[in-house]
Amino acid sequence: MEQATPIISFKGVNKVYNNGTVGLKDISFDIPRGQFLVVVGLSGAGKSTLLRTINRMHEITSGEITVEDEAIGDYKGKALRLLRRKIGMIFQGFNLINRSSVEKNVLSGRVSYYATWKTILGLFSKADKEKAVHALERVNLVEKLYTRADELSGGQQQRVAIARTLMQDPKIILADEPVASLDPLTTKTVMDTLKRLNQEDGITVIVNLHSVALAREYADRIIGLRAGQLVYDQPIAKVTVDDLDQIYQAEGEKA
Amino acid sequence: MQTTITTPSQRHSLWQRWGWLLWVLIIGIIYFWTINGLKFTGFQESASAVSKSILHGLVHPTWSYVYDGSGEDLVSLILQTLAIAFLGTIVSALISVPFAFWAARGPKEHYFLRSGSGKIVLTLIRTFPEIVLAIMFIKAVGPGSYAGVLAVSVHSVGMLGKLFGEAIENMDRGSEEAITSAGGRSSQVFALATIPTIMPEFLSYTLYRFEIAVRSASILGMVGAGGIGTPMIFAIQTRDWSKVGIILLGIVVMVLLIDSLSEQLRKRLI
Amino acid sequence: MSTPTIPRRSWTQRYHVKGIGWTVLLLVLLVASAQMTGVNVGMFFSNLGQFTNLLVRMSNPAWDYTAVIIQPLLETIQMAILGTTIGAAFAIPFAVLSASNLIHNRWLRGLTRLFLDLVRTLPDLLLAAIFVAIFGIGSTAGVITLAIFSFGMVSKLFYEVIETIDMGPLEALESVGATKITIIWYAVLPQILNQFVSYFLYTLEINVRASTVLGYLGAGGIGVFLQRSLNEFNYNQTAVIILATLVVVLVIDGVSNHLRRVLL
Repeated sequence: MEQATPIISFKGVNKVYNNGTVGLKDISFDIPRGQFLVVVGLSGAGKSTLLRTINRMHEITSGEITVEDEAIGDYKGKALRLLRRKIGMIFQGFNLINRSSVEKNVLSGRVSYYATWKTILGLFSKADKEKAVHALERVNLVEKLYTRADELSGGQQQRVAIARTLMQDPKIILADEPVASLDPLTTKTVMDTLKRLNQEDGITVIVNLHSVALAREYADRIIGLRAGQLVYDQPIAKVTVDDLDQIYQAEGEKA
Repeated sequence: MQTTITTPSQRHSLWQRWGWLLWVLIIGIIYFWTINGLKFTGFQESASAVSKSILHGLVHPTWSYVYDGSGEDLVSLILQTLAIAFLGTIVSALISVPFAFWAARGPKEHYFLRSGSGKIVLTLIRTFPEIVLAIMFIKAVGPGSYAGVLAVSVHSVGMLGKLFGEAIENMDRGSEEAITSAGGRSSQVFALATIPTIMPEFLSYTLYRFEIAVRSASILGMVGAGGIGTPMIFAIQTRDWSKVGIILLGIVVMVLLIDSLSEQLRKRLI
Repeated sequence: MSTPTIPRRSWTQRYHVKGIGWTVLLLVLLVASAQMTGVNVGMFFSNLGQFTNLLVRMSNPAWDYTAVIIQPLLETIQMAILGTTIGAAFAIPFAVLSASNLIHNRWLRGLTRLFLDLVRTLPDLLLAAIFVAIFGIGSTAGVITLAIFSFGMVSKLFYEVIETIDMGPLEALESVGATKITIIWYAVLPQILNQFVSYFLYTLEINVRASTVLGYLGAGGIGVFLQRSLNEFNYNQTAVIILATLVVVLVIDGVSNHLRRVLL
């Protein structure tokens, strides 16, 4: 597995914000296809920035990121939208359109296949509507198809968000603290769903977590960030509790 | 330690002890200037007599004016007033949307030239007196409720544009991010995420503005811009206090009804 | 893979009854309103010449007229200050009577609030017209109009402030048997004073705006000159008045905003 061609590759990536804050510092690593990668670190360590550089929601200052062997830095317009189409994204705050139905939310994952006027009028094809039902089936929420999104519980909303990204037929799913605002029980359903998509569909999943226990339970590999630097990178078999504690502790001592 | 505590308090003691006196002095001067400047010439002997006849008129309203089928009665003119307010508010809500996006500061914007200029224009519109607008539109389209609609349409932009703009500045951008990350064009992000997120707030503010427009539409008639204000000013000038009474009653009932209706709708929106 | 059981939609949901209903209602109201008000888009544009002519004449302000209007502008500010002060003074007892945490008698509270709601329905210019009829032309009518107008507004703002106060100090005084007046003076007033002053200034801003047009109906201040210039078709004077009003309103807003920021 370690030797397979990487689907994502970071080469000397730096990110400095406009106000001079360092976001990422000299990050280099590869992510093999089909891996379940968990990124750990304190809040403000750069996890969220790292994730968003992969689909260019954040720009990098220097270095290079390749996705499927293509450098993504110069993508514009259509090329950028096609890159984003194959990378699904899941957020801490679910980011659903609250007053719309679950169906409409799930279908909105399909925007990149439609012209603007069709999306405005809600003219989605019959095939895509069926696809939406199947996507919801995979997260066990078909019965909520016509419910308003804001009438669902947090865990259900996050599963709708997962169904939305499934509509993109993603090769990669980025999940930014997907369970940070959920209770332990729904956390498990959401993480299980991500793991299942990873194993059944071979989708590469990259998850930011602040919970070490969760990271150890689900990850194939764990990387650690501290102050924008890659400080830890081990396959799950070699990860020990002490290692992970250090990622957090060292930061505490420095502060 | 003790010296560091006492030193600043000693330094401030003069201001702390006597600062309020300065405020009292300033406020005193302002009120002295105010009361001296105004000439209370109005207390004519007729005041109490007029007040009595007004009260008498209010207690004995001209009920026959409520509806007589002429189209110039209370019910017809109240409906016309509501029509002016409604149409004016809808038109101004539509005009306000582009103004709001002009005046709203973007999440990553560092220069305020665009939004700042928008805010100034909206302030200018807000400060321009509505009745002067009505008079100007009367020159263009003649006296009547059409001029009233135009005046409300333009004047309301000042406030609605400001409220809409603030709603945009404070909106949750999560769903926009989601659509962008799914590969949506910016036009799709706008149609699929921005509009549905912001719409309820826009509607709520529009209803609120409608409440205000009903009040202003009922006085625009005083300068000839249609609605219930025209017979009102005429009745006052001819000292027909019973008619003033019934019109006042009509306005009070109309405003109370509209306010409670609008409040119910706004509660359901948010 | 079997077809999953799709939930059933009620027919109101399937045919978007709610959305279509609201749209139809809106359209009907729009058409009815347009007919009732005689809106004619073509007429506006065919008469646009007169409108632009007016704007052109306004865009050449008669600057020497400024000297004439300084005194009435100051009078307008004085009217606003006095009117707001009187209105706010009367508002305080009514605000106390409307506050649910101070007055436990529902009937008294309900009646007071109903009275305040009624006062708030009356538009300012309408009040001005009536008071001009009573007191004659002059600033007295204006001051009283503004007093009543701000009374309605301030009393609501004030009782909403009172209802948010911390009841702890109040209960402490109540438990030692203090009188209502003492309680209000020592436990209520210190908590609300700053917000009261802030709302007073806010109302003053609104009243300065309102007072500039009251004179149009004879209630004193700059509005008298506004009406005169419009009636005599001296639009270059109208322009000066509007610009001067704008400056005054912006200055008052600026000072008031600054003071309110310091206070809160």
